[in-house]
Amino acid sequence: MPEYKLAPTALPQLPKALTGIDGLDEITEGGLPLGRPTLVCGSAGCGKTLLGIEFLVRGIIDYNEPGVLMTFEETADELAANVTSLGFDLKAMQADKKLRVDHVHIDRSEIEETGEYDLEGLFIRLGYAIDSIGAKRVMLDTIEALFSGFPNEAVLRSEIRRLFRWLKDKGVTTIITAERGEGTLTRQGLEEYVSDCVILLDNRVIDQITTRRLRIVKYRGTTHGTNEYPYLITEEGFSVLPITSLKLEHTVSNEIISSGVPGLDEMFTRRGWYKGSSILITGTAGTAKTTLAASFALEACRRGERCLYFAFEESPAQLIRNMRTVGLDLQPFVDQGALIIEASRPTLNGLERHLVTVHKLIKEHEPQTVVIDPISNLVSVGSLSEVRSMLTRLIDFLKVSNITALFTALVSARDGRMEMTEEGVSSLVDTWISVRDLEGIGERNRGLSILKARGMAHSNQVREFLVTDNGIQLLDVVIGPMGIITGASRLTQRMQEQAQLVAQQHELSRRDRELERKRRVLEATIENLRTEFESVEEELRQVNNEEHARHEALSSKRHTMGHSLTTNTPATPDPQHSA
Amino acid sequence: MMDMREAPTDAATPPDGDTWELRLYVAGHTTKSVTALANLKRYCEQYLAGRYTLDVIDLLQHPQLAEGDQILAIPTLVRKVPEPIRKIIGDLSNEEKVLVGLDIRTRGDH
Repeated sequence: MPEYKLAPTALPQLPKALTGIDGLDEITEGGLPLGRPTLVCGSAGCGKTLLGIEFLVRGIIDYNEPGVLMTFEETADELAANVTSLGFDLKAMQADKKLRVDHVHIDRSEIEETGEYDLEGLFIRLGYAIDSIGAKRVMLDTIEALFSGFPNEAVLRSEIRRLFRWLKDKGVTTIITAERGEGTLTRQGLEEYVSDCVILLDNRVIDQITTRRLRIVKYRGTTHGTNEYPYLITEEGFSVLPITSLKLEHTVSNEIISSGVPGLDEMFTRRGWYKGSSILITGTAGTAKTTLAASFALEACRRGERCLYFAFEESPAQLIRNMRTVGLDLQPFVDQGALIIEASRPTLNGLERHLVTVHKLIKEHEPQTVVIDPISNLVSVGSLSEVRSMLTRLIDFLKVSNITALFTALVSARDGRMEMTEEGVSSLVDTWISVRDLEGIGERNRGLSILKARGMAHSNQVREFLVTDNGIQLLDVVIGPMGIITGASRLTQRMQEQAQLVAQQHELSRRDRELERKRRVLEATIENLRTEFESVEEELRQVNNEEHARHEALSSKRHTMGHSLTTNTPATPDPQHSA
Repeated sequence: MMDMREAPTDAATPPDGDTWELRLYVAGHTTKSVTALANLKRYCEQYLAGRYTLDVIDLLQHPQLAEGDQILAIPTLVRKVPEPIRKIIGDLSNEEKVLVGLDIRTRGDH
């Protein structure tokens, strides 16, 4: 529970004594009036005695303030036995001289009234009990029992006034319990006027579900919460739940975490959600809300965070089995203790009890991530306004604790309120994702869109997604002539595209073949030409050779003739020319 | 403790052998306490002479004794014996009621 500081003022504040009771110190802004009497009234079974005893016990344990319990109805042994279940060991405290229990037994049949008297004996007893252990806290339970014991009401009334005065003078912080009267806060209509603080406990049954409520009727000299606050009596004692935290002042994180679905992260400009934010996934039945939630939980566990998963529809075993079929294996993290699945039927408890269970488990496990699947089921145990106030408190609590929270909610598609949440929590959450059926001709497809995301831009597209063996996969956007195309139309579109592709490939290969043919024709032509050229070349070379030979012969003859003329030597047979 | 124990002395022994064990709780010397003590002494001497013991306990001096006899009102006269225990509160000015409360009157002594 967060502590709310009092606003500093120039004037000194009324000193208060912290009760140590969950939530009560918040709505009283610091506890009960220190050294003054507080009246706790209510009808039978409200927990008046328990509130008082817890006040004493917490005082002893948490603040080291000894206490005196003066009981007019139950004996010390009975009281000790009654609160054992809450883990309060009154006997040990008595042995340690931290607590003194004085059982005042009044039996009218034993008492004869014979003249003037006062209740000095009570004052002396109480004074002795207080002084013997140095008590700072006192509880009187219940003072009205005096009225049944003593016939003289006038004396009693003046003595009770004197008692309140005396308690103030004694400087002990006191809780006095009283039964509620008809039309008045107490039967005698007296104590509420002489108390400095009056707390009213109320127990009412609406639609077979009991809700206990606490209200501070008066508190002299200080401001206080004036609403009715639900409270619970749990295994750990009294617990008051302020409807809303008084201020919006929680710290925020700039860190981004993944949703566990890569395609979904891409739809946000910062690729994920802010850590510590709250996310709402709404959708009609069968739109994979739980799968999205499980993906997120799994991703959180993979990051090394601890995740608390509240399942209001499925048992842990069923959830794990179902998620395994879509490739989300939660079991290892459950075994490690990173994932805690808390499954219960919403109707098991009243709303307040659920809230306390959530608080308790969060305190116990200290998770960084919480999933509640679904919140809409809680409507079955409370009215809409109650659910809204409960969720407000829950979301507040989670935000203050800086826990990332994911809620799923079932919305009805029929009443045309697709984009409204019945619980009206949509204004409380930071990110709101809507999943829905995109119903086309003869088929349903799942579509996902982001309705809001505080603090970052996001895609405006409705993205079709599939639940595959490997979790959720967002499909690429296919835009057809009529907008975004899904399902069978998407397939048709794809087939058309493929046919076009095949045709194009055919065309391409045909051209290739054509080219080849042309090349071959040209090559053949080139060969022909080369052959022709070769024969021409051959012929030319032949001619050339002959020409050359002739030229040679001619020149040789000329030489021979020239020689014979100049030297005049006898002619010898020339082998070269004789042939 | 104003221990004003008065042993049975001069009076004759009671016819049935009963003795009255009485305890008067007061808180200081208030008017009511003084009146109560004076009244009680008078009744005892008158009706129970020699058949009673009386402890007067001042709770201002012995506050721890208040719890034992479940004392709330002051003054309170407790008849420990004969059984059952009876408590008579107030300054004992109503003689009739005191005598009935102490079971003196019903015995038909007077």
